[in-house]
Amino acid sequence: MAPMISHAFLQGYWWIIISLLAGILVFLLFVQGGQTFIFSLPADELRKKMLVNTLGRKWEFTFTTLVTFGGAFFASFPLFYATSFGGAYWVWMAILFSFIIQAVAYEYRSKPANIFGTRTYDIFLLINGSAGPFLLGTAVATFFTGANFSLDIMNRVQWNSPWHGLEAIASFRNLSLGFAVLFLSRVNGLLFIIKTIEDNELQERASGKLIMNSLFFLLFFLYFVVTLLTAEGFALNPADGKIFMEKFKYLHNFTEMPLVLILFLAGTLAVLYGIFTALFRRSSSSVWFTGAGTILVVFSLFLILGFSNTAFYPSLSDLQSSLTIHNASSGHFTLRTMMFVSFVIPFVMAYIWYAWRAITNRKITGEEINKDDHAY
Amino acid sequence: MFENIDLSLVNWSRGQFALTAVYHWLFVPLTLGLSFILAMMETIYVRTGDPEWKRLTKFWMKLFGINFAIGVATGIILEFEFGTNWSAYSWFVGDIFGTPLAIEGIMAFFLESTFIAVMFFGWNKVSKRFHLVSTWLVAIGANLSALWILVANAWMQNPAGMVFNPETARNEMNSFWEVLFNPVAADKFLHTITSGFVLASMFVVGISSWFLLKKREVLMAKRSILVAGVFGLLASVMLALTGDMSAKTIAKYQPVKFSSFEALYNGRENAPLVAAGILRKEGEKVGERHLPSFVFRIEIPGFLSVLTTGDKNAYVPGINDYIYGNPERGIMSFSEKKERGETARKALLDYKTAVDNGEKEKALELAEQFTSEGFRENYFRYFGYAYIDKPEDIIPNVQVSFYTFHLMVMLGFLFILQFAVVLWLLFAGSLERYRWWLWVMLLSIPLPYLASELGWVLAEMGRQPWIIQDLMPVHIGVTSLKAGNVQVTFWLFALLFTALLAAEVSIMVKQVRKGPEKRED
Repeated sequence: MAPMISHAFLQGYWWIIISLLAGILVFLLFVQGGQTFIFSLPADELRKKMLVNTLGRKWEFTFTTLVTFGGAFFASFPLFYATSFGGAYWVWMAILFSFIIQAVAYEYRSKPANIFGTRTYDIFLLINGSAGPFLLGTAVATFFTGANFSLDIMNRVQWNSPWHGLEAIASFRNLSLGFAVLFLSRVNGLLFIIKTIEDNELQERASGKLIMNSLFFLLFFLYFVVTLLTAEGFALNPADGKIFMEKFKYLHNFTEMPLVLILFLAGTLAVLYGIFTALFRRSSSSVWFTGAGTILVVFSLFLILGFSNTAFYPSLSDLQSSLTIHNASSGHFTLRTMMFVSFVIPFVMAYIWYAWRAITNRKITGEEINKDDHAY
Repeated sequence: MFENIDLSLVNWSRGQFALTAVYHWLFVPLTLGLSFILAMMETIYVRTGDPEWKRLTKFWMKLFGINFAIGVATGIILEFEFGTNWSAYSWFVGDIFGTPLAIEGIMAFFLESTFIAVMFFGWNKVSKRFHLVSTWLVAIGANLSALWILVANAWMQNPAGMVFNPETARNEMNSFWEVLFNPVAADKFLHTITSGFVLASMFVVGISSWFLLKKREVLMAKRSILVAGVFGLLASVMLALTGDMSAKTIAKYQPVKFSSFEALYNGRENAPLVAAGILRKEGEKVGERHLPSFVFRIEIPGFLSVLTTGDKNAYVPGINDYIYGNPERGIMSFSEKKERGETARKALLDYKTAVDNGEKEKALELAEQFTSEGFRENYFRYFGYAYIDKPEDIIPNVQVSFYTFHLMVMLGFLFILQFAVVLWLLFAGSLERYRWWLWVMLLSIPLPYLASELGWVLAEMGRQPWIIQDLMPVHIGVTSLKAGNVQVTFWLFALLFTALLAAEVSIMVKQVRKGPEKRED
């Protein structure tokens, strides 16, 4: 069986896995989105504790997603790992700093003798909640708009901006995706809070905040999508392996892969439907729709980025240094080995789901939080 | 190719990685060992139904949680630092190195994080049995994480299971099993996890000794000492055995590193083991480099030969054998290795030139060379030597290697003695009377931390100048940045990690003083 699998198939297979992981990662940013409300949503300490605990328990389950995403990207597309992490140094460092401070904040915030006081750890959560999604979104936007690097004959990266990635925020297209991801994670965060906390006041206040956050998300998302579909894209000529600029490239990609277009539209509609049911039907299960929609939208955006002869990490400094799923991937043997490893992913997701259901089969209440001796 | 390397950048990048790794390693070993101790305690609780065991399990679990959080915080950055600071390295070996990291994420991290959540929050939500299984899975997941990252590290110490592809200018995996069952990986994994078991056992015994000194929670303290003492004694014996295995492997695959452990310059038969010694700064000279020599040493005759080969009369090579060569013993000199490395480098450059000039046949011919067994074994194997100027540059810091090795080994033997004595006193029923011994155990808590960090300093500084043994020197693997960028992040990390460490220690001390929760009845 193994020798029959082509290298191109494996590259595509791994790009699909990366796209799926990216979708799940962006969905899971609802934890960060929820953290941004730590000071503005709860009216008292008990409610703040309920908010922090519902997010924190979820975080315990999935905090390794970012590292897994990084590891999978490293294993399957090491040239991206080497180029982007090494080149866009400051963007990735800023993202990592925000995740480092988050990792201790939950566990330490309410512990006696934590030196810096609860408020400091809560500010850590706020910083991670705001900066994490925004910077990740902005960094991912450069996958569409390009970055300032070039590669030498040994594939060593040279970054051609002293800002090492931070220059991305000078482009409104990049910023728009950053803000779209931030507001989407805030929307998902609010819906998760509504779903998991049994407290009328908190639910009312969360519903109230949903309108503006949804509007901002839609505004930035629409801007990004319209500019994406109308802009030039970075295309690969399969005949000679050269990269060239093509008008309406990403729109073409959607039309060339109608299934991906359907996934994208279905995802967008699911997000809108989730927001609609939360606002107008007071549904407490809307997060399922927005969550599934988020995964589908990100998944499909990554698919048009990697497939249909497209450069998924384009270079603005030297077009021919751009990365495609073909020139950036691992070798055949590694991708094949990793494919076998990937077969355990459904099993992993199944046991996470099972364990999650086992400990969150009831909504969080004030009474339960006060009794829990491991509450944050 | 690779000209104009900024050494300041290399040093700051090394410093940043070392800083992150040293901080991370302050927390990981406790997780590795304490997770098993928790699982054992909870097993006793489930089997006996005695709520006191549950109470003490929950107490240690609270300390586990405090430690785990900061371990995560420092661990997040490590994986990404391969990309941010060592991007040339990441490309050169990403095809191989990324795989264990990805498997670590997919197979081990999620196991650990999912069941940690059940372990912390599931006491009243899932069945006793499910909770117990979760605690065991946390221990297994944590130790599996260690396996994969150590497989990756071992590959850097002894690259195996790969072939160089000149087209992509990188190494590509051709045998997953050779990577996984790398002999260095097996030894490193066993030695590392047992060091974590010892550290966690000392942590539990030390804190329990404090409770006995304070005459508080006596039953809990004695039970904890029983579990951790037995676990610690077994683990410390295993630690010594795996250390011996590890040293033998290093002697085989990283002989210069091994010779520097013993500051052995000239090889000899019936080689003595230096049990203890003091080095003066200078005394030996290799090329232009002044290296330390002994002021004083206590030797065990023939023991180094016995330890490395099992034969008292065996020849143990010294540093000079690898610098100047020893044809009689079949050891190649530095200059010959460099010549071969340069041949491999030239073949790569010729290949690139042929591709650029569109000379397809020539390029194909040159590319095929890299797949031939003979070229790989006789030339490409020494590829990294092409980037090293002087013979003496392949010698690591001898003082650091010597002292870290000897101190680590001495501490290792001390731990066996300590666990044996504490168990003896416990079984004799006289532990509380020997208050001075309880103080010794309490004050010994930092010692396994020291030994464990020394082990990593030895492993990583001892293999200098290589980032990948014989294939890539450290200065070639670095990301091309201005040193100032790395300086800023170095100090930011130093500040942040130190602040978080202070918070962690403070919270931990407070929780210990507070003691376990009140009895449920």
